[in-house]
Parts: sequence; structure tokens; C-alpha cells
Amino acid sequence: MNDIRTIALIAGVLLLLTVATAVGQFLARHPDRGLDPAAVNAFNLRLRGWWIICTVLAAAFWLGTTTTVVLCGLVSFWALREFITLTPTRKGDHRALFWVFFLFTPLHYVLVAYDRYDLFSVFLPLYGTLFVLARVAMAGDYKRFLERTAKIQAGLVVCVYCLSFAAALLHVPIRGQEPGSGANFRLLFFLILLVQFADCMQYVWSRMAGRRPVAPEVSSTRTWEGLLGSATSTALLAAVLWWAAPPFEPWQAALVGFVVAVMGFAGGMTMSAIKRDRGVKDYGTLVVGHGGVLDRVDSMCFAAPVFYHLTVLVAGQ
Amino acid sequence: MLYPAEPMPVDVAPPRRAATGRSAVCRAAGLTLAALARLLSGASVRWIASQPDTCQRVYFANHTSHLDALLIWSSLPQPVRELTRPVAAKDYWSRGVLRRWLAEEVFDALLIDRTDIKVHQSPVDLMLREIGSTRSLIVFPEGSRSVTGDLGEFKSGLYYLAKKRPDIELVPVHIDNLNRILPRGEFLPVPLLSCISFGPPMWLEHGEAKVDFLARARKAVQALKE
Repeated sequence: MNDIRTIALIAGVLLLLTVATAVGQFLARHPDRGLDPAAVNAFNLRLRGWWIICTVLAAAFWLGTTTTVVLCGLVSFWALREFITLTPTRKGDHRALFWVFFLFTPLHYVLVAYDRYDLFSVFLPLYGTLFVLARVAMAGDYKRFLERTAKIQAGLVVCVYCLSFAAALLHVPIRGQEPGSGANFRLLFFLILLVQFADCMQYVWSRMAGRRPVAPEVSSTRTWEGLLGSATSTALLAAVLWWAAPPFEPWQAALVGFVVAVMGFAGGMTMSAIKRDRGVKDYGTLVVGHGGVLDRVDSMCFAAPVFYHLTVLVAGQ
Repeated sequence: MLYPAEPMPVDVAPPRRAATGRSAVCRAAGLTLAALARLLSGASVRWIASQPDTCQRVYFANHTSHLDALLIWSSLPQPVRELTRPVAAKDYWSRGVLRRWLAEEVFDALLIDRTDIKVHQSPVDLMLREIGSTRSLIVFPEGSRSVTGDLGEFKSGLYYLAKKRPDIELVPVHIDNLNRILPRGEFLPVPLLSCISFGPPMWLEHGEAKVDFLARARKAVQALKE
């Protein structure tokens, strides 16, 4: 942890957050600046979320790799909880769901923690899928069988399998670096930073220049302009911060930033479609009082696997 | 009134024992189970036009899962929880050492014999005797757990309870999604998210007929579902 780049990255983020918080508080205290109070409020709420993410991440970094994997597992567990709560299931799915929550999800993260890429890369998509199919069939309820099993599988893949690639980044071997060292943590931090930045930029660009929604039926705020603007801005940020992400050259970092932004956008669209189908706006408002973990991690779920594989590709050269 | 106002001679025995009389082990077990149930059911608690209070109340709720009583009990604030006793079926909860210990010692439940209801020893009289003038109750007026998750017809016990003790606040409670967490006939829970809503207290109106009152009470629970 005592290397200069990690410290620089963290200090930079803290500085950015402090400045943004100061601006947000200033805007909240002076409503006469002609800005939409709701937008200021949303901005401040998002910042608060950022502070929480940073604090938790810092704590996890300090406590080590295994703690971070466990933390990621808990986030997955909670996201899956929200996903399945939102998805109507029948009583015949009950036993399958029990094992999905209490055996498959924890076991997958155990494999991630032990760095068994050979196993965890196939465990859920292959054996998880087969298990869900067979267990639901054995429960004897055949009504809309494929639809029901597909829901559970989609939840497993998006909330557990995809998200776990963020944790798996901590084990990627990087040339000239100790495995599980500060370099790996910086990679993870880099990914989170890019995903969150892309989210913000998508919002900003859509508001400023958004004209053509990608799919107005699904989401009226996600536009082509927002997608392009966010991908370009994120690529720029990634190129500027290339020194923080060990295996990447500046141009590679820019490419990674671009891809991460596009994938994050895809994740947001996917979750919007599911929410639209169920007639809710946020996963958080589904059950009053819950923060809506899935709302926060939807872009990350889609961006993490591709980031992981790009890293392995570049680091393995 | 011919006689000067004087407290009505009510046949009220003192509560069996004070809530704080439970042993430390039972209290700890109660707290642990309550915390576990809250964690497992991801329950968020809402008080809609209503506030938690230590006054004497009867909480009446829809019944979809074995966890219902435990969850309502655990979502009450500690001082209220100490005063509140769930009403449960004797034929189920007195079978086996563990169940009986849980029901009688940990949750201080009031066990009602569903199979042997007599006129002079009606469950309502028993409930009123047991709660005295301080304790509150959790009841499920449907009588048994619903299979589909829909709200069934209410049995008349709630009406007689309200008639004999018009001063007790009747608080409607709606439990959402718990039937998916632990449905009837399952013993392993799936940790989805649920929601418990407490509604505004209601009372039996003067001269309100039994059918009307029960329909109104049922509607009050239904309304919390939104």
C-alpha cells in the first residue's frame, strides 16, 4: 500500500470528492443561483453515496484481499436479493432459490477467493444453470417453466457471476508486481472510478445535449448523445489516469475506458428494461427504506467482466 | 347510572408475570431470533399514520408464513416488544420441547387451543384475562396461514375482543412478501426482502354490526398493501 501511485490516486479522488462536496453544499445553501434544486439534491445524494463507497473501499483495501472478496460477495448477495424480490417467482421455485442463495453464491465467491479461475469461470454459468433447471423441474410445477428458470439464471449471472469479476481483479498477475499488491487494488479502484464517472457523464451529456433516446420506451433519459459523450469523456479520463492502472499504456487505457462506459450503459439499459416491465422506477423503492444496491451496481455488473478480460489480455502479453 | 362513577369491576387477573421476569437466556434468545428474522427477511418497517406506543393494543395482521408473528414482534421497538405477546395455536406450538420453550419462554406467546373451544372458556376471554391492563397482543384474524398469499375472511374473535374491551387500540398490520420468504409447507427460508406496515389504530364503532366491523378491519389491512 505504501507505493506512491496508490497514494496519489486515493489523494486525487479524495480531493475531487471534497471539492465536489463543497460545491454541492454551496449550491444547496444558495438556491437563488438559478439551478434546479432537485438536480442539486440528486447531485448531493450521489456524492454521499460516493463517500460511502470510498470509505468502505478504503477499509476493505486496508484489511486485505480476502475481505474485499467477501465484501463483493455480500454486495452480490444483496443485489440478487433485490433482483429476485422484484421478479415474480412461484412456490415451485422455492427450493431452487434456497440453494442458489445459500450454496451457489457463497461457493462461487469461495472459488474466487482461492483464485480458481478454471472453476469459477464455469461454475455458475454451467452448473448453476443445470441445477436451476433440474431443481425447478423436480419441484413438479411446469407452468411457464423456461420463463421462470431464465429469471433465476439471469439474476445469478448478472448479480453474482458478473460482479465477482471485480473481486477477481485482485488476483490477476501483473508483470513486475507482487500478486495481490497495491497494483491490483489500484486496478479495481480504476474500474470503479471509470464506471461511476461514465454514469455521471452519461447523465450530464444526456441532460445537456441529449436529443435521440436509444429506446424511449425503456428509458427516456438514456440518449445516443449521452452514450457517445460518456464513452469519450471516460476514455479521456482513463488516458489521463493510465499511470494508476498497471498493465495499460495510455492508448490502451483510453480504449478500456471507452469499452467500460459502453458496457455500463448497456447494464443500465438492461436493468431499466426489467424495471419498466415490473412497473417500478428504482429497485430501492420496491421495498421502502432500502438503498437499492442493484441501482448502484447495474453498470458495474456489465463492465466488470470485460474489464477483467481486457486486463488479462494486456497483462498476459 | 344509579351509582357514583366507579371503576367497572372487570374480571382481570394480573398478568401471569411481568415481561422482565424472563430469564436472561430467554431474553437473549429472543433478541437473537428477532435479529436473525429481521436479517433474513430484509424487513423494512413502516408506520403509516401511526406511531409505536406502549399503550395497550391488539395488532392484527394477514397470515402467510410461520415467521409472521416473530417478524411483527421483532419490528416493534424494544419497550413495546416487552409488552407484546403473540397469540399462537396450541396444537402446533406445544408439540416438542423446543417449540414449547420458544413459545412459552422466549416469545411469551399466548397459546390458544383451536380444537377445543367452549362457550364458557372462549379464546377471547382467555386473551383478555392474560393481557390484564398492560400487555398487548398480536393476532391473525384469518385463523390460519393463507396458501395463495391473498387475504382471507376474518374470524369473529377480533370483533368480540373489541366489544369486550372497547378501550384497546386495534392496529392493522400488513406483511408483504413474507409468503415468498417462508411459504406454507417449507422450512428453509429464501432471503428476499419484505415489508411490514403498521396502520392507524381503529376501534369498534358504537352499534357497529359484526359483519361491518370485520369487513372494515379486513379493508384496513388490505389498504396497507397499496
